Amino acid sequence: MSTFDKVDYDSLIPNNVDLSSDRSLQRALEKWHPNFIKWWMDMGPNGFQNSEVYLRTAVGVDPEGWAKFGYVKMPDYRWGILLSPKEEGRKIPFGQHKGEPAWQEVPGEYRAMLRRLIVIQGDTEPASVEQQRFLGNTAPSLYDMRNLFQVNVEEGRHLWAMVYLLHKYFGRDGREEAELLLQRRSGNVDKPRILGAFNEDTPDWLSFYMFTTFTDRDGKMQLEALANSGFDPLARTTRFMLTEEGHHMFVGRTGVERVIQKTCEIMKQHNISDPFAINDVRKYGVVDLPTLQKKMNFHVSVTLDLFGSDISTNAANAFNSSIKGRFHETMIDDDHQLLNDTYPILKNVNNKFILSDEPAINAVNARLCDDYINDCVQVVATWNKVIKSFGINFTLDLPHKAFHRKIGDYSELSVTPKGDIIEASTWNAQQHDWLPDNEDLEYILSLMTNVTEPGKFASWVAPPKAGINGQPGDYEYVKLAA
Amino acid sequence: MLNPVNNTHPSADITLDFRTQPESYHHWKIHCDGPVAELIMNVAEDQTAFEGYQLKLNSYDIGVDIELYDAIQRLRFEHPEVKTVVLRSGKDNIFCAGANIRMLSTASHGHKVNFCKFTNETRNSIEDASQYSGQKYLCVINGVAAGGGYELALANDYIMLMDDGNAAVSLPEVPLLAVLPGTGGLTRVVDKRKVRRDHADIFCTLEEGIKGQRAVDWRLIDEIVPRSKFEERIKEKAEELGAASTRPDNAKGILLNPIERTETDNGLTYQYVTLQIDRKLKNATLTINTPNTPCPVSLDEVLNLGDTFWPLAMVRELDDAILHLRFNETSIGTINYKSSGKHEIVKSYDQFLLQHRDNWLINEILLYWKRTLKRIDLTSRTGFALVEQGSCFTGFLAELLFATDRTYMLEGQLEGIDIPAPTICLTESNFAPFPMSNGLTRLQTRFLGEPESLQDAKQLIGNDLDAQMAMNAGLVTFIPDDLDWEDEIRILDEERASYSPDALTGMEANLRFAGPETLETKIFGRLTAWQNWIFQRPNAVSDKGALKKYGTGSRPEYDNKRV
Repeated sequence: MSTFDKVDYDSLIPNNVDLSSDRSLQRALEKWHPNFIKWWMDMGPNGFQNSEVYLRTAVGVDPEGWAKFGYVKMPDYRWGILLSPKEEGRKIPFGQHKGEPAWQEVPGEYRAMLRRLIVIQGDTEPASVEQQRFLGNTAPSLYDMRNLFQVNVEEGRHLWAMVYLLHKYFGRDGREEAELLLQRRSGNVDKPRILGAFNEDTPDWLSFYMFTTFTDRDGKMQLEALANSGFDPLARTTRFMLTEEGHHMFVGRTGVERVIQKTCEIMKQHNISDPFAINDVRKYGVVDLPTLQKKMNFHVSVTLDLFGSDISTNAANAFNSSIKGRFHETMIDDDHQLLNDTYPILKNVNNKFILSDEPAINAVNARLCDDYINDCVQVVATWNKVIKSFGINFTLDLPHKAFHRKIGDYSELSVTPKGDIIEASTWNAQQHDWLPDNEDLEYILSLMTNVTEPGKFASWVAPPKAGINGQPGDYEYVKLAA
Repeated sequence: MLNPVNNTHPSADITLDFRTQPESYHHWKIHCDGPVAELIMNVAEDQTAFEGYQLKLNSYDIGVDIELYDAIQRLRFEHPEVKTVVLRSGKDNIFCAGANIRMLSTASHGHKVNFCKFTNETRNSIEDASQYSGQKYLCVINGVAAGGGYELALANDYIMLMDDGNAAVSLPEVPLLAVLPGTGGLTRVVDKRKVRRDHADIFCTLEEGIKGQRAVDWRLIDEIVPRSKFEERIKEKAEELGAASTRPDNAKGILLNPIERTETDNGLTYQYVTLQIDRKLKNATLTINTPNTPCPVSLDEVLNLGDTFWPLAMVRELDDAILHLRFNETSIGTINYKSSGKHEIVKSYDQFLLQHRDNWLINEILLYWKRTLKRIDLTSRTGFALVEQGSCFTGFLAELLFATDRTYMLEGQLEGIDIPAPTICLTESNFAPFPMSNGLTRLQTRFLGEPESLQDAKQLIGNDLDAQMAMNAGLVTFIPDDLDWEDEIRILDEERASYSPDALTGMEANLRFAGPETLETKIFGRLTAWQNWIFQRPNAVSDKGALKKYGTGSRPEYDNKRV
């Protein structure tokens, strides 16, 4: 690109951060943007870069601006830098700096901690795009394909949001970290993404629905915890990201619900009353309920690992430094400093779990994790309602917090989904009852076929209750490139 | 997990035993494969030396380091065929998080100092193995190497870091804990690896440390390797390092069997060493005894004796006794060193060692004796050598006369004791093989201000020197006779016990290491002095200090006055 051929970033990038008058930020973005586009072309949705996709674009943070619908090719998507509006006179609501004016610049003593948090958050965004890049080829409908791409471009926008913070507030280190966000690759043995769950495969659409239900919900919890940060630009960025995260979880929750709906319909239609008659159910090309339970067990346990150890010094430091709060921090009725509070932690005593009071400040991870679990319980309840409406005697249960953990104190225990601590050998022998085995995964993969006719759906998933932005059922959400 | 703030660990009440063997290790594994050995750190969280903390993330306490010390010793003695030791972690994505902070935050000051000193000596013994035994150390870092974890790496010849965006080296003590990396970290960064001081300043204040190419560019490590190439590259590099080794190809190692000792309330009795404690006078008497028969003449015979060969058996016992005194007898301020046996017998061993020093095992024994003498130099107890009738301070045993703060030699005989008057005897051993931390021999250091005395002393090699001759040669401090001996020694002990132990520790450490600075003297002198001062300061250890606040989530409050 010659100097006479400058991109007008202010018009290319919808923003409410006064981009046109911030020369240093523009300069940083001029270097980063081409690399981002290259990353998107290399690692974004495979084979659909020229397709016209009916996408929602956020061009502003007001109600009119944040949901503009229209056909767009994904590489032309306008990745905006949008922060929730500034609250004049905002005070820090928790931690050691509670009551002080929120910081508009990074305090030197917290620079490293803040940068680390932003990098970890930022790393998950491109990671999930990479994990999902082949799913377009097996989309069960154009509706689902469009939702996948919507999720993908918004994860891309969330990356922009984090990169904006790195560029704007963290100098050379921030620019280097922004570059590294484009260099790591999900599942790559040499340059893996930072967090384990973001290096797992998302090989099929059931995994995608589970991922967006459970793993994106971890994203929501993390963003909620940052939404009250003492560092105001981070708080405002994450608040706006939350509006989009809601849609991702909607895609997941309704996706699984539609799978359940279809399975139950088939069972009813063919008079299969025993949900465990797996082969009878599978004959009709739908996902049996026990396999759904196993998939859920896997995704929930992998996601719980993202919260880290229940007792965490880093989390305590971040809370006390007024950088990362708790879920709905401002709605909690306490001193918001946790000077003398305790919080019950699940502990193993003689192979039984008991609750033991620990200093609350060390347990903020555990609390966020528990809030997450409560959120998940409600989602699972809506799924069970569907099963019940068909009169089928089966309930999906969220696995125990300590089941199948790889990180934290529980990782050394062998725990059943119900929460019993058992011998490792017994656990290993029984794990096929709790986690999908190869046969299950192969079956799910065998269901994955590409359905691209508008209004049609694959055998294993029911149509949605309503179209996107009020569009009719046979709307052509993705115009595939010839 | 227990709340560290509410627990003080009873380090004063627990007796540490430094004797261990691979079958009893909790935290380390030695895996030998021809010329390459892997020394694998996989710390068991709950196997702690004291109560009140867990060894998370491969962090360590004294128990972990006792095993490491033992492993390094065994690799030298039991595995002459091992030319390269690959030091690595047994845990995924974590190398070593350093000394356990909760242990440090609750440990007594005395334990912290002792702990740091021992870990330093152990790191030095890695460098000693590389430099003098030709056993090279390759450190492979597969995750976070923080604080003591990186310091452990620094003792290796070559540091390889996984380039996965996660593995990093760091010395976060200053920003995180308000203390210093106390195991040679600062000194090795600038003196050994020659990192520029401004880079070092950034590195030592960067909590998260440095990874990837920059770590190489700043010389913090030697090489970054992608995860997929890691094992292959380790193998290649281990072979390359081993190719330059002087270790023998076909020698058979000797077994270091458990050290036997009898414990009583007031001492320890080993086969050749006895430790007798006088609690009233707060002193200990360490006596080295010789066997009754002279050294075998054939090397094969000695190799067959293995760990029962007197100089090795004795030095293992001496080492164990010194460590026992340091950690378990902290109120005993003075150690009186004695020897008992025949000069001819010591001479025969001394000659044998010097004659066969090219043999790998004899070399190892000499090096072990060198390290143990250094350990005595560095022990913060007063040391007196008492040369009495029946003693045998010859050659390498005579080094004890110069490793102590003063030497008292009986002139003539005590009335009624029909043993000849004591003599001492210098050999080549006193002029080269056992340098101190400052790189000089003890006699060189002793005679820094009178080099002619050193020359004169050389002329005395092989002569049995009586008290007057030894006094004239400047080799002993006082030579009381029969009339004065008992009183002199009694007054000496009583007087010493009356001084402040802190002042004595400082004074002795200042007086012992005249002459040039080396990496080792800097580590022990400069760095540990600073560290020990900082370990006492409210900014680190008061209830609002960083060490106490670490892990509680609240930040320390500092007194901002510079001292």
